[in-house]
Amino acid sequence: MHSIPTWAQVVYLACAVCFILALKGLSGPKTARNGNLLGAVGAVVAVLVPFIIKNPATGEHLHHVPLIVAAIVVGTIGGVYGAQKVQMTQMPQMVALFNGVGGGAAALVALLELHEHVAAGDHENWFVWAATAFTIFVGAVSFAGSCVTFAKLQELMTSRPVSFPGLSVLFGGSLIAAVVLSVMLVRDPAMNYGIIIGVLGLLFGLLLVLPVGGADVPIVISLLNAFTGLTVAAGGYVLANTVLLVGGTLVGASGTFLTILMANAMGRSVTNILFGALKGGSTLGGGEASDRPVKSLQPNDAAIMLGYADRVIIVPGYGLAVAQAQHSLRELVDILGERGTQVDYAIHPVAGRMPGHMNVLLAEAQVPYDQLKEMDEINGDFKDADVVLVVGANDVVNPAAKTTPGAPIYGMPILNADEAKNIIFMKRSMRPGFAGIENELLFDEKTQLLFGDAKDSMSKLLNAVKAL
Amino acid sequence: MNEAVVWLTIFVLSVFVGIEVISKVSSTLHTPLMSGANAIHGVILLGAILVTGSTDNTAAIVVGVIAIVLASVNMVGGFVLTDRMLQMFTQKKKPARNDKEAA
Repeated sequence: MHSIPTWAQVVYLACAVCFILALKGLSGPKTARNGNLLGAVGAVVAVLVPFIIKNPATGEHLHHVPLIVAAIVVGTIGGVYGAQKVQMTQMPQMVALFNGVGGGAAALVALLELHEHVAAGDHENWFVWAATAFTIFVGAVSFAGSCVTFAKLQELMTSRPVSFPGLSVLFGGSLIAAVVLSVMLVRDPAMNYGIIIGVLGLLFGLLLVLPVGGADVPIVISLLNAFTGLTVAAGGYVLANTVLLVGGTLVGASGTFLTILMANAMGRSVTNILFGALKGGSTLGGGEASDRPVKSLQPNDAAIMLGYADRVIIVPGYGLAVAQAQHSLRELVDILGERGTQVDYAIHPVAGRMPGHMNVLLAEAQVPYDQLKEMDEINGDFKDADVVLVVGANDVVNPAAKTTPGAPIYGMPILNADEAKNIIFMKRSMRPGFAGIENELLFDEKTQLLFGDAKDSMSKLLNAVKAL
Repeated sequence: MNEAVVWLTIFVLSVFVGIEVISKVSSTLHTPLMSGANAIHGVILLGAILVTGSTDNTAAIVVGVIAIVLASVNMVGGFVLTDRMLQMFTQKKKPARNDKEAA
């Protein structure tokens, strides 16, 4: 074992400090962008170090440098292309994908390290072998789980929970098998054990995410993100590298905490999300469109209601951004504002597909930040609102969260749209929201529905308001 | 001090730092924070480079190159995506600041 030069260790320490400051910066609106840049600087500097120093494991300089550089270039082009091209509405699944490949990379690194140690006949501390097994398993879980979340959010597969008889047996079995094999690997290190642990990890990751309902998927992304962080930390221990250990642990700890914060914002518990379906209770409702009578109205009628209101609150949802109607909506709000109507946007913490997503989507349409009101700030204002316009949102105004103890979203804090004098719902169809349950508010006598594609309806509404 | 204990110390302290630094985040920033944290664990690229550069076994090199590609997608893509999200917040920085301070 050769040691890492002192200067390189100090550089690693500086990189670790960059990561801490990056997370700190990312949690405040004014410092977020600089925080992210600082994190990027730390990561790039850390990656440059092994090209300069002799490898502590072999005492030689890095082999295959051209090949390694070529691989980095390919990955960089892929990453930049994906990050630049992705629509802001599809951002959650992009984060999931990036997280998954990171987990996959960590598992492969641990497998290679195992291969090297076994080939060299090293007698490592048992803890190193245990950390290797952990990295392989959890990295594979993160990879497979993230692929399923990607497929669910991208609607390559159903976003409803997938379950089958024996799922919980298979789920528990794969975990137990992985633990047993890890113990065997610690006692008698061999490559085959590592590979089987990796395969079990893939299976476990798949079974972990399949039964999770669409609305809960963002929480799972955050959890898998924390998993990958811990994987990288364990990998750092195996490779005796401080920057991997600190960076990975920071992400693991803050990611776990963030997962809990997100779950609280949705009124859900993490264990319920993950194991609710396994215990037999589905995390979703029936999801069938109802044929109960509703009141519908035309864009002209809606325009009159909006045009003569003093106080209007807009409740935007994911459907708004999918239909690309946010630009027309902003124009409508601007016109109403010029005519003296007080208009605000009520942003539910989980509007969009994950906490904070709607703020990003509206910011993209140049909506002024001061018109975006958080739930606690605006919930008391609904009773004074003449009109609430719900565009592409559903679950976040569903009174079932307050009134129906059996509902999957029961306990989730919601926007009090039902307290307003009039409610206009812009909807494409009577299909339920992402959580798959019917919304009582649609049948309320104060509610009127404006059917049609959000973009199309919104431009008709805009023209009608202009013509008033 | 036992070397394993040194590593354990670093780990435990990092756990507390990780929780402490993000404890006051508002829900508005949950998504960018998650994406930024996601990019940070892309530093596994460093590990992928180390293991690939220390082997001469062809199969191991192939696996190592795959790991490097995946890790660079994670790291570079993660930081670029986070910056793209945050760019949209900072454009409207001025009115947002005044409003926040008034409230």
